Amino acid sequence: MAKVTVRIPTALRRVTQGQGEVQIEAETIAELIENLEKEFPGIKERLVDETGEIRKFVNFFVNDEDIRFLQGKETKLEEGAVVAIIPAIAGGAK
Amino acid sequence: MAKIKALKCKECGREYPVEPLHVCEFCFGPLEVEYDYDEIKKNISRDKIKKGPVSLWRYVDLLPVENPTVGLNAGFTPLVKAENLGKELGLNNLYIKDDSVNHPTLSFKDRVVAVALSKAKEFGFDTAACASTGNLANSVSALAASAGMNCYVFIPSNLETNKIIGSLVFNPVVVAVDGNYDDVNRLSSEVANEFGWAFVNINLRPFYSEGSKTLAFEVAEQLGWKTPDAVVAPLASGSLYTKIWKGFNEFKKVGILEENEKMPRMYGAQALGCSPIYKAFKEGRDWITPEKPDTIAKSIAIGNPADGPYAVKVTRESNGDMEVATNEEIIEGIKLLARTEGIFTETAGGTTIAVLKKFAEKGVFDKDEVVVAYITGNGYKTMEVLEGHLNKPIHIKPTLAEFKEKVVGQTINK
Ligand SMILES: Cc1ncc(COP(=O)(O)O)c(C=O)c1O
Ligand SMILES: [Zn+2]
Repeated sequence: MAKVTVRIPTALRRVTQGQGEVQIEAETIAELIENLEKEFPGIKERLVDETGEIRKFVNFFVNDEDIRFLQGKETKLEEGAVVAIIPAIAGGAK
Repeated sequence: MAKIKALKCKECGREYPVEPLHVCEFCFGPLEVEYDYDEIKKNISRDKIKKGPVSLWRYVDLLPVENPTVGLNAGFTPLVKAENLGKELGLNNLYIKDDSVNHPTLSFKDRVVAVALSKAKEFGFDTAACASTGNLANSVSALAASAGMNCYVFIPSNLETNKIIGSLVFNPVVVAVDGNYDDVNRLSSEVANEFGWAFVNINLRPFYSEGSKTLAFEVAEQLGWKTPDAVVAPLASGSLYTKIWKGFNEFKKVGILEENEKMPRMYGAQALGCSPIYKAFKEGRDWITPEKPDTIAKSIAIGNPADGPYAVKVTRESNGDMEVATNEEIIEGIKLLARTEGIFTETAGGTTIAVLKKFAEKGVFDKDEVVVAYITGNGYKTMEVLEGHLNKPIHIKPTLAEFKEKVVGQTINK
């Protein structure tokens, strides 16, 4: 299993006991979400909707690339990768 | 505080206190200011508005600010009856809302920044910041300078020279990021997590975005307290467009417009090289597939637009439509507006005019309908795109003979 660093946005830090960065082992983003849930119960329902899809306003980046340009939830994670979870509502012309 | 009740998640409806927050902790949806419209209705009137300042602050009853202190001259820009352009397009009642002359930095961004930084002052921030495609950085830099705030602006490193100089002159820290706007935005979002700054379009976004409603309020007032039949406006993140729609609807809700006043059809303009909202609308999706922008319209080159889903919804709800413009059409749009109305807009405005023209040619407007095109930025900031697309000056020696030979001979038809 690849060990990766996950950067947590402010909106989720209550669930991670205030931590802005956590280490998780996972091969894909889908697995990462499951393993995050084991460590921080309650985080999964924040990230995915009732159908299991990543929520419309949650963006995942692997090494600074949006996973929608990669393989989405199936995007593979390499040892040492940095995964950032970022609210979609940031942008804007801005 | 009576006019604002709370911040409310647009997706799940959870409420939050009025603080510098922008994301719902539960579903990550955007937060929006929730007003007490009954209270506002008691306070607001056409008369009171008319007696107010000649700026966007005449609508303060519908803005999330108690005490305006920044950007006191922003807004109340001309609504120009476009007779010449109207004639070319077969429209008898075409108007240009001309924010290319907004104060102080010549784009509609002065509206949103006036609201955001006035709010930032109320919250007690001492540092202003933003992620920008250029115009926003200009506006934040200028208004932070006037407000005595520290300032950091984040931009893509490949912006037009004049947009970069137009920030630097106000002496902010300009962070030029190797990457496109979406990279700048992601980075800024992470910076906003770590530093307690007023990022106008990130942690202050619920307040910032409300400033664009004044583009609707002004047009309604300038048309004699009426709505247009149709509106054409550009989309980057989709915020401006969504808030123009909200503004017309709010004006009716609080009784400034007649109860039976019809809401306009909303027509959105994107550049072909960056059109994720247009594509979602055309394909009937309500989610956005992000793209990597490739267009000369850098000010509206956002591949991952935060308010995209809402812009799609507004277009459907209002019975409107969306169109795209190629680089060539954008340049032709800039030249068409300049040649017919004497207004010099930037690439975003060129996109809007190109799309206005397409819709006019398709016949979506009745010839007597009131159509308003929103010109949101100024052409002096993106002059390099016109290189090679304009006539050259005629060079002569200072003699009457040369003038007659080279100028009269070539330009006056005898
Ligand atoms: C001139 C101009 N017009 C329109 C827009 C679109 O703004 P929004 O992101 O609110 O859709 C921008 C955004 O930067 C702009 O600079
Ligand atoms: Zn929510």
